[in-house]
Amino acid sequence: MTPTLNVQDLRIAFSHRAGNIEAVDGVSFQIGPAECVGIVGESGSGKTQIFMAAMGLLAGNARATGSVRFEGAELLAAHPTALNRIRGSKLTMIPQDPMTCLTPHLKIGVQLAEVMVTHRGTTWRDARSYAARMLERVHVAEPRRRLNQYPHELSGGLRQRVMIAMSVLCEPSLVIADEPTTALDVTVQAQVMELLRALRGEFGMALALISHDLAVVAGLADRILVMYAGRIVEVAAAAELFRRPRHPYTAELLKCMPTIAGPRAVRLPTLAGQPPRPGEVLQACAFAPRCSRAADRCRMERPELVGPADAQVACHFPLSHD
Amino acid sequence: MLKWPVISRCPMTDPLLDVRDLCVDFGASATIVGVNFDLAAGEVLGLVGESGSGKTTLARAILKLLPARGSVRFMGQDLLTCSAAALRTRRRELQIVFQDPLASLNPRMTVGEGIGEPLQIFEPRLGARARRLRVGALLERVGLSGAMAERYPHEFSGGQCQRVAIARAMILRPKLLICDEIVSSLDVSIQGQIVNLLIDLQREAAMAVLFISHNLAVVRHLSQRVMVMYLGRVVEIAPCDALFATPKHPYTRVLLAAVAGISSAPRVPTPPAPPAALQPSPVTVREPSPVAVLKPSSVMVLERSPVTAPEPSRPARLLVQGCAYRDRCAFALPLCADREPPLIEVGAGHWAACHRSHETLIPLSFGS
Repeated sequence: MTPTLNVQDLRIAFSHRAGNIEAVDGVSFQIGPAECVGIVGESGSGKTQIFMAAMGLLAGNARATGSVRFEGAELLAAHPTALNRIRGSKLTMIPQDPMTCLTPHLKIGVQLAEVMVTHRGTTWRDARSYAARMLERVHVAEPRRRLNQYPHELSGGLRQRVMIAMSVLCEPSLVIADEPTTALDVTVQAQVMELLRALRGEFGMALALISHDLAVVAGLADRILVMYAGRIVEVAAAAELFRRPRHPYTAELLKCMPTIAGPRAVRLPTLAGQPPRPGEVLQACAFAPRCSRAADRCRMERPELVGPADAQVACHFPLSHD
Repeated sequence: MLKWPVISRCPMTDPLLDVRDLCVDFGASATIVGVNFDLAAGEVLGLVGESGSGKTTLARAILKLLPARGSVRFMGQDLLTCSAAALRTRRRELQIVFQDPLASLNPRMTVGEGIGEPLQIFEPRLGARARRLRVGALLERVGLSGAMAERYPHEFSGGQCQRVAIARAMILRPKLLICDEIVSSLDVSIQGQIVNLLIDLQREAAMAVLFISHNLAVVRHLSQRVMVMYLGRVVEIAPCDALFATPKHPYTRVLLAAVAGISSAPRVPTPPAPPAALQPSPVTVREPSPVAVLKPSSVMVLERSPVTAPEPSRPARLLVQGCAYRDRCAFALPLCADREPPLIEVGAGHWAACHRSHETLIPLSFGS
């Protein structure tokens, strides 16, 4: 079966006066139909840029090489007209910040209906009533009234629901959710995650869930990719990753998650050091300077990502759980 | 009836900060409705609540960055009524660190100039050289190097910018530091570093901290007491352990359950709720409905009534009578629509504003 998204050896570099900055450094993975993949990494690890490349939304000074295929069609070299047929209908995105992604001077109803009119060629009247039904589906109270409101009249949680409704309007094959809950309250976060779960069951779409927080992707993702400094360092089934992390970085991240259970720590566990600065040339393992298991080999030779598709790790000395 | 928590930990001394009947109105809608609390010198008070609950507004009202009614006594002086000159000297002891570290630093000033600016204003007799030394020492203290003083904010990562912002707030050695969501925009691995730095600085300087966050796990780790706000009101305030072990307000319980629901490991089934429901109280006029069982995975409880979640712009803010939370509350009684529950003491230093706070609730369990 053709994977919904097939990324092969993707490299993204930004030209900068200080030289080229490699944001994504040879990343390969697939997202199967109806699969939910969590992509976890710190800011600057390149997780968002992968999907910006897929959407054709990279900044002007960026250059992407490799291949990103969506349902078999190459996206990297695609003409904007071809991309526009896919973007917003089959391939959609829920952005991080619901405050800034809606056009401030257009009513919600217009913004939602526009998607249907553009991609499905429906009439504005039909598109509006469909939009209202979709708002109802994502638990927006008084959907008819919301259609006539402007984005600033809605709370953050409501705006994110509007964005989610917009992303599933055309029954997409893949929804990219980039930190969908980071800007929201915990109670609203729980609701939004629950909503994504329900919509996934209903529409059968694949979901790429990008987050810096393992806890957010934990409940929803089938598989989790952990990224560090532009590379994938570990791929594992979600439950497996939590129970038996193999890359030291994943293990450290899990330790860093503060909890509301258990004894109160005097100090929060932390990951020492900083992630490498963008543009830093990395010959060896990028995590070696922060890694407690690092040996000479880690500082000389870059570990490759090896293993079967659902249990890969890029580490010379992975943690074993025997 | 006594309506505000008198926490007389140090009966001989006044609290550092004493907020009484604080109200803030934006136009016709009340954003902060009669908030009362105090903060002792050197104490860390966590403040949680969802957006729109008035956390940031409360912080700004305390700093007199927006007009407010009531009284905010800081070191014995009411900031809301004192003269501009007196306010200026008090503000020296009262600093804030904002959520967005990059936006809160002046992009055209080097980091060293930015941190040193408060010194220039409040200690003008200090020479440029002495000022540079103090800035350099403080940069080292917050985990950066003194040489970084020459750099501009855009050259720093988010976590480093937040260290700079903390240094700028600390340079005058304030008595009270207000931290408004200072780790929310940072990566998980960096959050711990910043929180630990704050804990260290707080202990060294015996400084009081009002730590505002929607991240309950972080609040739990560093606070001595925690205050929960809902729609501009304080609904619960308690010593940290008591709040997490025996939350008395239904909203606090929902908050805690939501966090537990999000961060539970995948596909590990949550333990079934204990069969015992809320104990019906002698005064209960009706049997509690089945929904009154708050399950540990209370996401379901939340999902059941998402449409009724009051929006900040909705009339719930203008509510004239009854409990502000009753629309979303699984435990609401007819009484809750009639009378706003006062904040009453339900345990040692534990205050809750709920008509049913004296009843026994099933314990929350967060798994292991």
